[in-house]
Amino acid sequence: MAQSLERQKAKPHLVEEWVGKIYTLICILFLIITIVSLVYFVASKGLSTFFVNHVNVADLLTGLKWSPDGEPALYGALPFIFGSFSTSLLAALIAAPLSFCAAVFMIEIAPKFGRKFLQPVIELLAGIPSVVYGFVGLSVIVPFFRDVFPGQGVGIAAGALVLSIMILPTITTIATDALAALPKGLKEGSYALGATRWQTIYRIVLPTTLPALMTGIVLGIARAFGEALAVQMVIGNAPHIPRSLFESASTLTSAITLNMGNTATGTVANNALWSLALILMLMTFVFVFIVRWLEGRSKI
Amino acid sequence: MQPIAMSAKDLSVSYGDSPAVRKVSLDFAAKQVTALIGPSGCGKSTFLRSLNRMNDLIPNCVVTGEIWIRDQDVNSPSTDVVSLRQKIGMVWQRPNPFHKSIYENIAFGPRYHGVKNKKKLDEIVEESLKKAALWEETKDRLHNSALALSGGQQQRLCIARSIAVKPELILMDEPASALDPVSTSKIEELIAELKQDYCIVIVTHNMHQAARVSDKTAFFLNGEVVEHDLTHNIFTNPQKPATNDYITGRFG
Repeated sequence: MAQSLERQKAKPHLVEEWVGKIYTLICILFLIITIVSLVYFVASKGLSTFFVNHVNVADLLTGLKWSPDGEPALYGALPFIFGSFSTSLLAALIAAPLSFCAAVFMIEIAPKFGRKFLQPVIELLAGIPSVVYGFVGLSVIVPFFRDVFPGQGVGIAAGALVLSIMILPTITTIATDALAALPKGLKEGSYALGATRWQTIYRIVLPTTLPALMTGIVLGIARAFGEALAVQMVIGNAPHIPRSLFESASTLTSAITLNMGNTATGTVANNALWSLALILMLMTFVFVFIVRWLEGRSKI
Repeated sequence: MQPIAMSAKDLSVSYGDSPAVRKVSLDFAAKQVTALIGPSGCGKSTFLRSLNRMNDLIPNCVVTGEIWIRDQDVNSPSTDVVSLRQKIGMVWQRPNPFHKSIYENIAFGPRYHGVKNKKKLDEIVEESLKKAALWEETKDRLHNSALALSGGQQQRLCIARSIAVKPELILMDEPASALDPVSTSKIEELIAELKQDYCIVIVTHNMHQAARVSDKTAFFLNGEVVEHDLTHNIFTNPQKPATNDYITGRFG
């Protein structure tokens, strides 16, 4: 009697457990299938440029001229690769110091004001659609550069500046969390030895949180690398390596968005764009690996 | 009788509206260990943290009264906190070595107080580690991470680090309560050694530890000093009933 009662009680639990397991399993399978098929799709399209259309890999990676309609057709993607890297790195270079200082201010200098007002404001920046950033860049930054520097105003500099503002929240948020997670004892230890606040920040806080700060920068670069719309609006979209920061250029993303409407599926030109997408995707993987590696190092 | 190294006069500390320490007056003699005992929340740690103005870091913490080191009022707003803290070393409950090498942990303080010479720094590091009884264990790996040391070693490193800036006093906030018995006894031996050069104020929850290491003991209760006397007297012949109750384990 007691046994059968127990069995009755136990059963709904088992069913619940089972349903939960199956449900989560289905979700994760769905996720995995999506990712794998996405990677497969991009890879098969992107690689067919080389295997079906027999474009040389080296030519695509190092070629300087992109002219699918030319005679002969040329698929040199180096200008785009160069554009993507230079805008992203430059954006990180501008945004990183600003973000660190903002984070230090919010956590160390004015914690109350910082956490209550500044952090929400900075997080708000992350929610603004990229087309708005691009529009602002186009109507403010580009005319400004046009007036001050030689050239049309569009180019790597304008793209990097717009991107730097876009990745500011990413880096700041990660830096803020890292600083906030620092054990309190470390700072007190430094103060007790007679170090000033600045010395403590510079010698203890920043070095200790460096791996996390680097993670923030890499994630920022990754976001900048993948951003298409805002960059496309301000960079000028000329398919060559510019001789200055204020000369029209292109990125991988802007090349794809601009050209994809003009090519038919299955043509070499279309496949070449997929190759660009493949490069973007592989770079993203690299960024993710770097972040993983940094996180492994930051364990305290 | 040793000269007075530090004395607090009518020191009160409050967090916002709630007082933690009420008008405490205590003298600490040079080359002596004073133990502060009392139940949790009695204000002994707060009192200790006031002595090197560590409470400055806590918003809405108000400290009133006077703290004198020789002829300098610690609590005066015009006091240079940075050079003050150089005179007063501090060791916490949890060892808090910096995420740097053993050498850099010790050299951190002296560097900021103007020691640039590499040879001089080497000397300070060696001397400090020897004083903290850590030299033999670490001399072959000075440039390894301090985080690889055991808890007890880390705590001795923190003591060495505070000695390196040549303080006059060392404040210890339950320095052994996070350590195993062997490490604890090492820390206690170390305190007995350091006593020859420094005035030491130690907060402890361990009554036996207070009896073992200290010359004088102050018993705190509800933010006030109930009794302050030679350790021997406190533990064998307390004058106040509350002290007696506490040391015999009737509360706290």
